[in-house]
Amino acid sequence: MDTQQALFRYNLRLGDTNLILGHRLSEMCSRGPMLEEDIALTNIALDHIGQAEALLDYAGTLEGLGRTGDDLAYLRPEWEYYNLLLAEQPNTDFAFVIVRQFMIDTYQCLLYDHLRSSKDETLAGMASRFLKETLYHQRHSRNWVFRLGLGTEESHSRLTAAVNELWKYAGELFESDEVESILAAAGIIPNPASLREPWLESVRKDLRQASVPEPPASHAATGGRNGRHGEQLGHLLAEMQYLQRAFPGAAW
Amino acid sequence: MLLINTKFNMPDNGDIEELVWERLSLIPDPEIPVISITELGVVRAVRYCREQLRIIITPTYTGCPAMQLFMAEIKAAMHDMGFDDVVVETVYSPAWTTDWIAPEALDRLRKYGIAPPVKPAAGDDPLKEPVVPCPHCGSKNTTLRSQFGSTGCKALYVCEL
Repeated sequence: MDTQQALFRYNLRLGDTNLILGHRLSEMCSRGPMLEEDIALTNIALDHIGQAEALLDYAGTLEGLGRTGDDLAYLRPEWEYYNLLLAEQPNTDFAFVIVRQFMIDTYQCLLYDHLRSSKDETLAGMASRFLKETLYHQRHSRNWVFRLGLGTEESHSRLTAAVNELWKYAGELFESDEVESILAAAGIIPNPASLREPWLESVRKDLRQASVPEPPASHAATGGRNGRHGEQLGHLLAEMQYLQRAFPGAAW
Repeated sequence: MLLINTKFNMPDNGDIEELVWERLSLIPDPEIPVISITELGVVRAVRYCREQLRIIITPTYTGCPAMQLFMAEIKAAMHDMGFDDVVVETVYSPAWTTDWIAPEALDRLRKYGIAPPVKPAAGDDPLKEPVVPCPHCGSKNTTLRSQFGSTGCKALYVCEL
């Protein structure tokens, strides 16, 4: 695998995580617990889908086979999707939506901050734009973690349940294989493992402040970055890709 | 409107680019029509070279649905001016910042009911919420109701006075 192929795969991983998370959030449209929150979640969804569009367009350019960002989004089956498993987890309840977002926001803030100084100029440029948005998202999700954690008994127990359930997907954020090794060696991305400690420290501090107990150790779920997903991703794609599958080539 | 096809009086590229900037300054922001896309700061460069017009734009937010409309409106305006070969390119770096909004546009935003972006003063705690004065009465007694408004670039505040 050469650097360009590795960068193609890496852009798919980042792009897919944003696209799938953006789609999950868009499912909350008209289902937010209140109007302002409905608007907030759908605006955040738009940012993630916008980031996905930029990343997947770039992936298409790197691949050089003429596939556009749209082709990559709408015409790949689930085993060719490389998003983090965390991003595809369903909107079980509002606490799940917030914890999933909080975990990914904290991760993306650290990642994009490093990618700003990537030796790949395109990636660095995108990261500097994305970081601003992600910091804004994190402010929103952190605030909700505090409000739910310090709110009622019900909100506290739901938040704790979501943290305990989603914690097993955290390990995948810091995994690396040949793709990341090649790119880290070339100064294009940070070593994923180096983000682990800062992430844990930041998340633990916020959870403590929200009076959520430290999640119990659990097995780590893995596979999303290599196309092995839970059943729920197939359902998501069936809905997201429906139009292009039913009417190939349909355009606005 | 533009004499680019006149054999004897061909304006040079700098003149053409200036006329393009002028025309672009007439395109309003689709969401906030009191300011133009040039005042918003999204148009970064205009290059005319070998009969090709390249316009470089930097999106305010990657998820901004208005960007597609920006691009379509820019292309339409340029075709109206007589350019056939128009490329609108997106560049992400340096990232757009509210500092790029033209100073004269800030007052128009305020009159339109949108408090212009507040710059933290030196020494302010960056994590503390900035005080956003009410665009209608100037009161500093305002509260953040929602970080997100009818569009991603607006937050919702309530004036408590």
